[in-house]
Amino acid sequence: MSFKLFQRGDARDMLHPELLAADDRDAIYRGERRLDHAEGMSKPLRARPEPQPRGAKVDGDKPIDQAEAAARFIAAPEHEKMHDERLWDLRQKRDREMHGIAEWEDLRALASSIKEHTLVHLDEYLEQFEENARQNGVHVHWAKDAAEHNHIVHGILKDRGAKSLIKSKSMLTEECGFRHYMASVGVEVIETDLGERIQQLDDESPSHVVVPAVHKLRTDVAEVFAKTIGTDPDNSDVHYLAEAQRESNRPLILAADAGMTGCNFAVAETGSVVVCTNEGNADLSANVPKLHIASIGIEKMIPRLEHLAVLVRLLSRSALGSPITQYTSHFRGPREGGEMHVVLVDNGRSERLGMAEFWTSLKCIRCGACMNTCPVYRRSGGLSYGATYSGPIGLIIDPTFNARKFSNLPFASTLNGSCTNVCPVKINIHEQIYAWRRELVRRHETPFVKKVAMKAAGELLSRPAAYRAAVATTNVALANLPRFVIYNGLNAWGRHRETPHAPSQTFHSWYKANRRVKP
Amino acid sequence: MSSRDDILASIRANRPQVKRSLLETPLFDANRPSSLLAAFKENLERMGGIFLEPPASGERLAPVYDRIANATVVCSTAPEVAGTRNIAATVQPQDLADVDFAVVRASFGVAETGSVLLGDRELCVNALAYLAQHLIVLLDPADIVVNMHHAYRRPEFKTGHYCAFHTGPSATADIEGVLIHGAQGVRSLCVVPIPKSETEAVP
Repeated sequence: MSFKLFQRGDARDMLHPELLAADDRDAIYRGERRLDHAEGMSKPLRARPEPQPRGAKVDGDKPIDQAEAAARFIAAPEHEKMHDERLWDLRQKRDREMHGIAEWEDLRALASSIKEHTLVHLDEYLEQFEENARQNGVHVHWAKDAAEHNHIVHGILKDRGAKSLIKSKSMLTEECGFRHYMASVGVEVIETDLGERIQQLDDESPSHVVVPAVHKLRTDVAEVFAKTIGTDPDNSDVHYLAEAQRESNRPLILAADAGMTGCNFAVAETGSVVVCTNEGNADLSANVPKLHIASIGIEKMIPRLEHLAVLVRLLSRSALGSPITQYTSHFRGPREGGEMHVVLVDNGRSERLGMAEFWTSLKCIRCGACMNTCPVYRRSGGLSYGATYSGPIGLIIDPTFNARKFSNLPFASTLNGSCTNVCPVKINIHEQIYAWRRELVRRHETPFVKKVAMKAAGELLSRPAAYRAAVATTNVALANLPRFVIYNGLNAWGRHRETPHAPSQTFHSWYKANRRVKP
Repeated sequence: MSSRDDILASIRANRPQVKRSLLETPLFDANRPSSLLAAFKENLERMGGIFLEPPASGERLAPVYDRIANATVVCSTAPEVAGTRNIAATVQPQDLADVDFAVVRASFGVAETGSVLLGDRELCVNALAYLAQHLIVLLDPADIVVNMHHAYRRPEFKTGHYCAFHTGPSATADIEGVLIHGAQGVRSLCVVPIPKSETEAVP
């Protein structure tokens, strides 16, 4: 083993060597500096073409088998490696930004306290936001759930004869099944973010809250675009693909009857809706058509503009390792001759507020840092979770929507705590993952195999003598058992790793032999 | 009961019975850079923006005219630069779809991030800054604040109906992390340091 492996500082040591590209004709330089703002890679990578693995199989309320979908993702090594490297690069860029700001930990503590304070007084801040937005000429609507949200938006569009809607990325509208509903009532929805548009054209959900098509290779995108917007199927040049999408969307943007955005932060003091994008597509969606509708989860409230400063400083640095998004846009009222609506959506949030162990998950600002750092997420792909929210934050949010369907998700974690360490608003994510496991056991929502295994383990661990006997047997067994016994379908952890080398002696027997008698 | 009342009632029934007071937000400006303009330039370039240095001739607008020399449609809302398209003639935002260069003055800049704030007052038609192919922003070096904490204490966020921080051009890296300038909006963003008073004096 060479010494080089232990040297710090050269990020390439961390790379899957087979992905390393010698040069990068795609890179943009300013003098000597390789630009890596927005979600740009800080180093050259190149994957070989390979068919895209698809996400989890979804069948009504039946529990999602995340491990099964993850296994298929791992079985596609080019996808798995590119995904792993891209997200780890975002994580490393995030660390670089963190080290560039002396007050980073102060900002995290402030952000956490701002969000907790707002949640504890959420009713007051919502009323304040509503009053100020109304005074600015904004129409304010309230929706209890996804169906009401979709119904309200459809009503606004119908009253104005709007048949087409351009929109920027919004996890809330994903949560509401918005595109699906709009298709059923004959309204054409056009996503304007490149990644989200790719996902829409491929009829897939976003796999990541910030980079929706991060699980796809350029060749996958070329295939989707060739089928849908008529690009050359043999050309997977990224500049060509991005330009083709821009040009195909532009006439749709110019002709759209209405525009829609999500909301990153809603400022109660001013009634402002704040949206952060890199592509400027929220500003196009809101500023080109006459009508702008913003969908807002009620937990997006913050009290004042001074608090916005704290959160804006943290958001993009945590998400992408970029000091700020290219655009941070503040919509306080309709433009001259225009119309602005906001829909405040609960959809389970007020109920979550009452869950003693889980209410702080509402602090989440959807930066995705927990996903980028998670070893399970990086290697299994966001679509393996079969849910709107994937990765560590998904594990603690998804079961609030459907405890049975998402009962496997809290087990898709090593509980290493890295998610908690990088969270800009200090959500104790890994502790909540563990608490959800307990909660699901209490509600009898754990899978049968896991239940039997856990029960056996519980009995074993409660009796030291039996445990010691079992460990001794296991060590003999690991060394001698045929592979099919260890790598069988019941042992999910055995699927993609080798069993550890069994020591010839247990610690207990070594201790007994060596340290029983004091020297 | 309306949905509004239902939601508020549900929040009141469920909100955690804990005390969480709101702390004072510091300005975090103890280590301000010696030159705000130099820090602004450095961060703007990191974010893919272009800083147009004033030429030795002292004619500060020369780099702007160099850039727009071959453009067909130039729409300027800054009195210092004459365009070919009068923004006041805009009937609807879609009319601006053929603009090659937009020229506007920023309210202010932020050294920490290299951002410029453009509001409805400066843009006249908000879509101008997104439908144009390229954007040139005039910035008074005296209008640069040190960081976001100072920025959000400015009045613009409480007066206009719309404003946005622009930090470099429209960008994406949604495909394999390959950085693209000109995702959906402008393909380039240039910032030109020009004091307001200097040009306002010109008749």
